[in-house]
Formats: sequence, structure tokens, C-alpha cells
Amino acid sequence: MSIDISQFLDTFYEESFEGLDTMETELLGLNPGEADVESINTIFRAAHSIKGGSGTFGLMNVADFTHVLETLLDEMRDGRRDVTQLAVDLMLASVDVLREMLTALRSSEEVDVVRVTEIHDQLETLLKGDAPSVEDVAVETPVKASPSIVGWNVSFKPLSHLFKTGNDPVRIIKELSELGSIKANVDLSAVPEFDLLDPEECCLSWQIELSGGATEEQVRDVFAWVDEDCELIIDAITSETILEPETLKVVPVPDARDEAVPLEPETPVITPVAETKPVKVVAKKSVAVAAKNPHAAESGSIRVGIDKIDALINMVGELVITQSMLNQLGEDFTMDKVQRLQEGLDELEQHTRELQENVMQIRMLPISFSFNRFPRLVHDLSSKLNKKIELKMSGENTELDKTVMEKIGDPLVHLVRNSLDHGIELPEERVEKGKPETGVLHLNAYHQGGNIVIEINDDGAGLNIDRIREKAIEKGIIGENDSLSDEKVHELIFAPGFSTAEVVSDVSGRGVGMDVVKRNIRDLGGIVEVKSKKDVGSTFTIRLPLTLAILDGQLVRLGDETYIIPLVSIIESLQIKAGNVNSIAGGAELYKLREEYLPIIRLHDVFEITPVNTELINGLLVVVEGDGKQAGIFVDDLLGQQQVVIKSLETNYRKVDGVSGATILGDGTVALILDVAGLVALSRERVKILRNQAAVA
Amino acid sequence: MNMIQGLENNTLAENSEGNQYLTFLLAGEEYGVDILRVQEIKGWDHVTMIPNTPDYIKGVINLRGTIVPIIDLRERFSLETIPYGITTVVIVLRVNSDNGSRIMGIVVDAVSEVYNISDDSMKQAPDFGQAISTDFVMGLGTVDDKMIIVLDIDHLLNSSVLKKISDQGDINS
Amino acid sequence: MPTILAVDDSASMRQMVTFTLKGAGFNVIDAVDGIDALDKAKKTKVDLVLTDVNMPRMDGISLIKELRTLPNYKFIPILMLTTESGTGKKSEGKSAGATGWIVKPFNPDQLLATIKKVLG
Repeated sequence: MSIDISQFLDTFYEESFEGLDTMETELLGLNPGEADVESINTIFRAAHSIKGGSGTFGLMNVADFTHVLETLLDEMRDGRRDVTQLAVDLMLASVDVLREMLTALRSSEEVDVVRVTEIHDQLETLLKGDAPSVEDVAVETPVKASPSIVGWNVSFKPLSHLFKTGNDPVRIIKELSELGSIKANVDLSAVPEFDLLDPEECCLSWQIELSGGATEEQVRDVFAWVDEDCELIIDAITSETILEPETLKVVPVPDARDEAVPLEPETPVITPVAETKPVKVVAKKSVAVAAKNPHAAESGSIRVGIDKIDALINMVGELVITQSMLNQLGEDFTMDKVQRLQEGLDELEQHTRELQENVMQIRMLPISFSFNRFPRLVHDLSSKLNKKIELKMSGENTELDKTVMEKIGDPLVHLVRNSLDHGIELPEERVEKGKPETGVLHLNAYHQGGNIVIEINDDGAGLNIDRIREKAIEKGIIGENDSLSDEKVHELIFAPGFSTAEVVSDVSGRGVGMDVVKRNIRDLGGIVEVKSKKDVGSTFTIRLPLTLAILDGQLVRLGDETYIIPLVSIIESLQIKAGNVNSIAGGAELYKLREEYLPIIRLHDVFEITPVNTELINGLLVVVEGDGKQAGIFVDDLLGQQQVVIKSLETNYRKVDGVSGATILGDGTVALILDVAGLVALSRERVKILRNQAAVA
Repeated sequence: MNMIQGLENNTLAENSEGNQYLTFLLAGEEYGVDILRVQEIKGWDHVTMIPNTPDYIKGVINLRGTIVPIIDLRERFSLETIPYGITTVVIVLRVNSDNGSRIMGIVVDAVSEVYNISDDSMKQAPDFGQAISTDFVMGLGTVDDKMIIVLDIDHLLNSSVLKKISDQGDINS
Repeated sequence: MPTILAVDDSASMRQMVTFTLKGAGFNVIDAVDGIDALDKAKKTKVDLVLTDVNMPRMDGISLIKELRTLPNYKFIPILMLTTESGTGKKSEGKSAGATGWIVKPFNPDQLLATIKKVLG
């Protein structure tokens, strides 16, 4: 039977990347000098798994590389080697190399051999440096397959406990018989009287004569599993018969064989032993298989906890029951059963909703997947920047949608880099300010309503208001005489084309500005805000929807059309009071709500549709907030609230201003989902234009 | 019909008899589209309007869970509009574009026939003057002395999507 | 058909082993570590145990020791999946009561050959 093992490669890659993340986290937590056994064990296990898997799946270069790393870890684990900073850094570099190798292999790209060799050599050097080298053990392979040998005399005397190891002498003898023809004599002399017989003990022994061309190695191999559980004597039968009975002590040699053969298939140590062949063949075959099946990029799989799957199965079970109940009801339906029908439908609705919630749950992952890269980032950057920084993380178990997580990664890295680079001061500077030498960067995540909130907080210098103002004026973003509140000034860092870095460093000055961060977050339906105080620090707050696939919506009617406003952006809905409506120059309207004036968004105008009524007093105002700004959307009526599945308009059409997508309502028709932030921006823009036009006129 | 027969027919169609075209009527003219692009033909039904789009985009419909835009071909060609009647149909087409394919529907007066038109008999379209741009016409086929205007739906419908309302003025260019 | 308990903390190895054995007609129960395996072993009866050595929570060696104390598992074959560097582990496993080992890396054919050999 031949099995295509490449089908397990995806899982292997996935778990290996996880293993590497674990290694990285643990390595970063290691303090040079003290050997944290638990940590080293965890790191060792991860390396060990990667080695085992890569060997099995034919990724020999990965297996070879990991082998050296594993040896190093093994020595640390046994206390034979100290945990030095050098070793930790080298192992971190090894983690990077492995990650690169696996990434390249997964997408069938070339592995950077130079880099791999470089780190590999450094590991070797470190290994050879002081501790005993394990390699030496492997060298000896004393095999002399003399052609004059025509068979073997085997004396096999199992110790009494043999059965308790699960081994069966008959099986062993049968296996031996596959190497040639055998003559076996059973020695019953040790068998006690029947009443004293313990069936759990082995009391038999055998004298076996094996004829044929089997090598000593092969014979020994048959007994490899029981070498410690028996007395074994193997004598060669040579062509000159009886002469030179070569007696061999069995114990140490099989180990040497095992050590030598699969250990380093590429080393010149390989002996012409039959057993080496299968191993070599495997390696080649698997490599060929791997090359034949290029795994272009990621296939986008997701690992799901069994509990989540179980919950789903339960729910589907209940759904099936309800369905069959309804089916039965339908077969001979009479009006007196209408009550039961209603109940059944209610049940169906509830199960469907639960099922939907649970299916969505499958896509949810803890944000730790995203946070996990930061210990390394902070570790690397702080030494690069000569800063002392402590990273704190909380709320790592807060869950969010896999897609959102993937897309928030880069903006988060950018913000963290920014805090490290521009926020937290150099140690001297901090001491001067009377702050502790070590700065603290705090990452926090939590749920709030239908959103996930991620905070990046540092206790650094805070945003430099004067500098930002200056820069904004210089770049023409604000006028010289504009008076802005501190918060408004802070917001300027998100303006396109703005960058405060006095020196463009390779840490955060990568040509990507905060405006891109803001745009990326907005594309995810989220917002980012900054709060900052001089010499106290800055906090960046990101608010994101938990998932991109579904949202809680308020259905509203406008003319003959139904629209959906995301519930999260609605602040309140109110009956319009005519007295609070103010028309301003140019035709724009504002609504006075408490002490605020909100622009009124007339979807009729923005969307150019025929309204059922244009009288504000006959409609309702839905007060919404988008991008931190409020506005009122004028609608004819509020319909129900429901969860809707978001469908893209772009699949078959294109992006439409003011609309974030569409959904299919219960009756099968399509309803558009409003892009509140876009609409608010649109209306503010409109008000501004109308005002300017009025001013010019 | 099994697959092999199907393939044979297709090959035949391409080699000797030419391609099969579904034809439809629009303001008295008969137009043809490659039948392999036709996903389905359905009656006119309610559409959901999309804001800020040219008038010829009637809106979107739900086609088995995907959102499909519907284009009124009379309006697209700036022909006189008529009220939709019982023969009015929506032809759902697969349109190839640079980044994959789109599913879109066109509203036409009525469907007509399926014809084989060989590539040889297809003539270059002359300049129609005002009616529709020759860019959107693949060629003119003749069947039983009737002229069939074979449309280049990829070009026609992709350009329809790309144009915003502000560009509507020059669709006939 | 015999039932085999396959224990490995690596999902890909587990998949490969399970797929191979099931393909050969064996019943397979899989477990992610020693504790999981012990739990499952107690609840059922298997004909052979195949276990990885290095695992979190409870490693293969401890698992073998624990299994050998159970009446149902006194004599059944227990094979370790071990790497060439685990020489020490082999004898450790042997003294814990392992029947034998399969050296990693191995391919499906080698795995099946060994299992069939042991189960006769």
C-alpha cells in the first residue's frame, strides 16, 4: 500500500508554525544563567516535534537543521549546558530560519541556503565549543558481512518477564524464519511443575539454527526489542563450518546502528548495511511527493476546538428533530394543530439562530494569536533602540474573527513600533524626568458591545503638540491661525502625508504613515483614536467589529426601499421636532440635539431617490456616529432589528459610496447596508461645500 | 446527453457551424450573445436600487445568495425606454473581466432564438452613427436574411460597471 | 479488526498514523497526550498502543508505566514512536514496559509492516 503523505503537510506546517511561536515565546521568557526546566522542556518538545514531522514528511533540510537545535536543547535540558544569552539569541535566530524555511517550502519557493547554513554552522560551533559532542557516538558501525558466513546459531533464552513487555517469542521466531530456513529446538527444562506454573512468566528457551545469507545485523535486528529481556548468543556458521564461532555481545550494538543510520542520512558515515536503504528511499520519495504538490500560499484553514464542533453537532441534532416534528405535522395538518405549528416554528427559529451564532463562533480566535508576536518585536527593537522596555499584555483571550485578526496585524505592529520608537524615551531621558528607567508598553484587549477594543498604551513622552502643529502647518494640513484643541491636534497625526519622525528610522519610518493605519482600520469597519498627555504617555485605542461576515442591523424604510443601519453606529432614534431643525446657508440642514448641532443626512438627496415624504416632521431621525462624528439620518420609518449576513456588492459590481454592502432579507429581496462613516463624511463635506458656495455668493 | 457528445457538439459548432448565439430583441433589432455565457433567463422582478449609479443600472437582485446587478440595455444604448411588459426578460450572463468574472443581468424586450453563426459569415460592424458604439459589437451575422448584431458583452458590461454617474454622458463614444 | 490506540501530540503525525492504519482496516482511537490516552485506554480495550514519547502533560514513558498497571494492558504490545536521538528513551521505555519502538522518521509502509508483524 502506498499512501500519499503530502496530504498531511498542511497540518504539519500549521502545527510547526504554532510550535515555532511557542518556542519563540518561551525563549524570550528564558533568563540567561538560570535554566527553567519547564520552559526548556517545552522548547525542546516543539523542536522535537518539528524534527520528527519534517523527517517523516520528507523535509530533510528542516529535519537536519532542527536536529542540531534539538541536540543543543537536549544538553540544556539535561543540565549539561548553560543557558547563555548567546545561545538564546542563536536559538531565536534558528526559530526565524525555520519559519523562513517552512514558509518557503509551503509555497514551493527556494529555501535561502546561505542563511540556513550560516545559522546551522553557528549552532554547530556552539555545540562543539564546550559540551560533549553527540556525533562521536554515531561513528562506529562494526559490521563485517563476511561472505563465508552461511548461517547463524542463535541461542535465545527469554527472561521470565518477557510477556510483560508485550513481546511474544513465537512472533520473534517467525520473523527470524523470514530471513532464511530455520531449525528451532525448544528447551523445556526450565518449565516448572504444572501446579507451580505461572502463565504470566516465560520459561521456555530456544536453540535456533538459521541458514541463508542473512547478515548479523538483520538477525540482531529481529531481537532488537528484547535485547534486555533475554540472554542471546548469536554464533556465525561459516563455510568452513564450526570454525571461528564469532560470539557477539548484543546489547550496545543495535543502539549504535539506530544511532548511525537515520540520524544523518546525508553524512558519509553510511555503511552498506541493508537497513540503511529504506531510510534513504523514503527520503527521496517524500521529497519528490512534496515537490509535486506545491502548496501555493496558505489554504486558509482554521483549527477549531472540539467543544465548538460538539456544540454544533448538538445543535444540528436538535434542528433535525424540530424539522422532523414539523414534517410530521405537515403530513396531516388540520387547523387545530396551528398552535403546535407555531411552537415548532418558534423552535426552528431559535435553533437556527443558535446554529448561526455557533457557526460564527468557529471563526473566532483569541487575539493572543496576534499579540504573540510582540514579545519578540519588543525584545528585538528595544535592544536596537537602546531602550529599556517592559511589555505587558492583558485580555489575550479576547476573541475576534480570523479575517479581522489577519488584517489588524499590520496596523498593530505599526502602532507598537511607533510607541517604542517615538513614545518611550531613552533610559537617561526617563531618569531625568523622574520616571523609572524601564518604560512600559501595555497591550490590552476587551469586548465592548459588538466590538473588540484593542489598546496600545505607553508611559512615554506623549505626543508633542507644538511639534505636530508646526508640522501640520508646514505641510499645509492646517492654517497658521487655526486654533485647535489638543485632541484635534492629536488627530492630525492620522492626516494623510503627516509624519513626525524627526529622523526617519528603520523602526517606524518605513514610508507608511499613520494615515494608512487609520485607513486599514477603517476598511475593517473600525476606528482608531489617540489620547495623549505630555510626559505621561499615549494610548491608541482601536475599535473593531468582531466579525466581518455578520452584523446586527436596524432596518429602516426610505421610500419604497429598505436599508440597514449597523446597530453599533446608532446612538438614538428620535421623532423630529420641527423647531430643532435649522436650515443654514446653501440649503444644508442642522438638527439641534441638546447642545449639539448635527448635520441632517437626507438619503433622498444623497442617494437621489424619490422619497415618500420630504417633510422632516413626518419622519424619524436616526442619530449615528461614524469616525467619531455624529449626524442624523432622516428616514421614513424604523422597521425591525435583525442580524444580517453581509454580502459584497463588489463581487459582481463595484464599491458604491455610502454603502458598505448588501444583504438578503427574509423575503429574498436585497437590502443595502449603509456605510455610516462614509455617509457622515459625505454629508459633512456637503455641508462644507454648500456653506462655501453660500459664502462666495 | 453525455459529456462526450456535448464536447463533440461544441467542437463541431466551433469548427464548421460556428458558435451558438442566443438572440433577443431590443427596439426592433435582433442582438446575439454567446450562448455559453448565458447563465439563465428570468422574468423581470423587483430590483433593489443602488444609489449614485447611472440610470441604466436598474439595481441588484438576489440570485441564489449572490448579489447581481441588472442593466437595462435600452437605457445603456440610450434608446427610447418602454414600460416593462410580459415579454420583458432578464438574461443573466457571465462576464469575463481582468480580475475574474462577474455575473450580471441585462433587461431586454424579449428573447428570440438560438442560432448557429459561423465565424466566417460574421461581418465587421459598420459605424452605426448614433445608435451604439461599434466597440460593443463583435460583428454582424446573417441568419435567414436577418441581421443579428452580436455583442461583445465583456466590453459592454465591464465598461458599464466602471462608469460612475458623472461619466454617463459619454457612454456612446 | 484489531483496535489501535495512537498517541501523539502532533496533529500531523496523528493524522498520518490514523489515516494509514484505518486504510489498512484497523480501528483507530487517537489521543493527544498521555493523560488523554490513559483516559481512553481505561474506557475501552485496545489490541495495541502506539505512542509518541515527548508529549506535554504526560509523556510516553509515564503512559507506558501507567498502562502496564492496568489489568487489560499487562500483555498487550505497546510501541514507542521515537527519534534516533532518543536512545536513552528506548531503554527507559523498555524498562517501563514497552514492547518495542518504531524509529522516526518512518513512512506509512514501515509503520504498517511493524504493526502487522507485532499483531501477527
